[in-house]
Amino acid sequence: MSAATTNQSNTGQPDTKVPAGNNKAPQPPAPRRRNSLAKGHLPRFAIPGIAAGSLVLGAAASTLTGFSVATMAIYTAIIFVLAASITTTAVEGPRRGKNSLATYLVYGAFLLALVPLASVLFTVLEKGLPGINMHFLFNSMNGVTGAVDNASVENGTPVIGGAYHAVVGTLLITLWSTIISVPVGMLTAIYLVEYGKNGPLARAITFFVDVMTGIPSIVAGLFATALFAVLFGPTARMGIVAAVALSVLMIPTVVRSTEEMLKIVPNELREASYALGVRKWRTITKVVIPTAISGIASGVTLAIARVIGETAPILVTAGLANNINVNVFGNWMATLPTFIYYQIITPTSPTNIDPSIQRAWAAALLLIGMVMVLNLGARLIASLFAPKKGR
Amino acid sequence: MTTNALRRQGSKGQAGDKIFSGAALGAGILILITLFAVAIFLLIQALPTFSANPALITGGEGFVSYIFPIVIGTVIAAGIALLIATPVGIAVALFISHYAPRKLAAGLGYVIDLLAAIPSVIYGAWGYLVLAPALVPAYQWLAENLGFIPIFAGPASQTGKTILTAGIVLAVMVLPIITSLSREIFLQTPKLHEEAALALGATRWEMINMSVLPFARPGIVSAVMLGLGRALGETMAVALVLSTGGLIPSLIKSGNQTIAAEIALNFPEAFGLRLSELIAAGLVLFVITLAVNLIARAIIARHKEFSGAN
Repeated sequence: MSAATTNQSNTGQPDTKVPAGNNKAPQPPAPRRRNSLAKGHLPRFAIPGIAAGSLVLGAAASTLTGFSVATMAIYTAIIFVLAASITTTAVEGPRRGKNSLATYLVYGAFLLALVPLASVLFTVLEKGLPGINMHFLFNSMNGVTGAVDNASVENGTPVIGGAYHAVVGTLLITLWSTIISVPVGMLTAIYLVEYGKNGPLARAITFFVDVMTGIPSIVAGLFATALFAVLFGPTARMGIVAAVALSVLMIPTVVRSTEEMLKIVPNELREASYALGVRKWRTITKVVIPTAISGIASGVTLAIARVIGETAPILVTAGLANNINVNVFGNWMATLPTFIYYQIITPTSPTNIDPSIQRAWAAALLLIGMVMVLNLGARLIASLFAPKKGR
Repeated sequence: MTTNALRRQGSKGQAGDKIFSGAALGAGILILITLFAVAIFLLIQALPTFSANPALITGGEGFVSYIFPIVIGTVIAAGIALLIATPVGIAVALFISHYAPRKLAAGLGYVIDLLAAIPSVIYGAWGYLVLAPALVPAYQWLAENLGFIPIFAGPASQTGKTILTAGIVLAVMVLPIITSLSREIFLQTPKLHEEAALALGATRWEMINMSVLPFARPGIVSAVMLGLGRALGETMAVALVLSTGGLIPSLIKSGNQTIAAEIALNFPEAFGLRLSELIAAGLVLFVITLAVNLIARAIIARHKEFSGAN
């Protein structure tokens, strides 16, 4: 009876509808919010409720095995995914249950992928910042021995020794590999797009450029060493060898990005130029390349960002130096990646490794900063200097 | 007079044309030569190893028994990396292509690409100083509770510098490769297939399972192969993270070695026959990664022909 009265009081307000309602519906209407469309659906508060519950359970389970944020997160995630998808299966059926399980797993995978990124960036910032100062930036490791590090730990004085030589080496070697690979890479891309016309040679080059992308960096380093060993004797280790090794890694990236950019230059531009009687090479240098230059520049910047952090090829080609060497054609050279590697694997003072670790993290921060600036710079170049679209 | 002037100008331009097209052709051929030179110079420098007295090779039993354990170690490390990175990478790619809000998708893709931008030596340092110590309790738990399985046989490493840690670091490094390649392929799925599935009442997962994944399968396979190529050749992460040793089945004890790390760790002090040995190891690595990459590229190329019909 109560249902009937609520029905009357509900429909009582608009007077015109009263007779129709009374005539038609002797049986009680479905309870509010649970009409036939919402049947077999979880109420809106169910999923947040399960999330809160599994957070509590996860925290409890984590406390049992020694509390830590990591185990709590893991337990909570497992309990939530299981509970939420089982509830969905029970209420909404197995198809929707599977769907929600897949959704939670996909979201979870994305969050999981962010964990190492956040952890690496946080660690580098946290441990690198204390080591960055003017002394670190503008001094080399020349004359810094284990005794110096021991003294600075015992007396609590600031850490002596810096990465200036490594920064110089990184910039010079990267500069030389850019000088080698940009002309070769751009000319190859021009051949592929403007001259090759999908002939057998062009297809072979495209294929092997793709294959070259997959050469392990250490093999590129070994190749450069072997090449210079044949030419100049087995102990030839200097900056230019490293630059050649990095070029092997850099050329394919430059070719691919330049090729993509040249391909999207509209054919009308070329045809207009030919129609004015301009020769092909003038058309390419004066019309095609200027149109695509923003994309090419950003591709080259990304290629530089890729090779600037390479360690393995430097390790086998440029050796290791503690002093500043600005001559890429003679003597060993240090770079930031090899500096980081050697500071960690062979600390300057084996008994007090903290100064070395601090220098390694500071150098890592410097290197990550360079890479990020190059990456953002590439995006900026691409968006700022992009050619105006015709339509 | 006028015809002369015209001809003179014409011939001048022709020379420029010829020089330019010649330079472009030369650069293209230079790349082919470089790739073959990589193989040939490595072979020249590695030759002494193959002809040397087997007793003089490290280990004293010839090159094959020297290289075999570290090839297996390389495969184990890369296998762990792929086992972790493949499901996560595909799920992340699906998240970006089909789950994330449209406006956020491009930005999230860029965040994942940042993972690829971080230099490998920094991953190595992170694995060495942060991840390895953090995993020690997990390894001890594994050794205590699952120690009867040979791959989790104890006692667990006290430093966490094991091949499993190296594999996890490698997984982080190959994840962006798998993600970005599969994302591109997921986005190429014909919209009509997806909409047809949804119109028949499929849930989102059924739509993905019925239209996106079958379409993308060859692409996923080649993305995983390219990730494998990267994981096989990655040096610094393993050189820093792994505490090396002989070939052992347990993944949570120090031991095992990979080719790339073997070269990086020993090259600076090597000379003579040892140098040639390491270069020979590099040649083996080159051949393995080349084969993996060739297969991956062949799958992509075949896939392209078929998908062009849509």
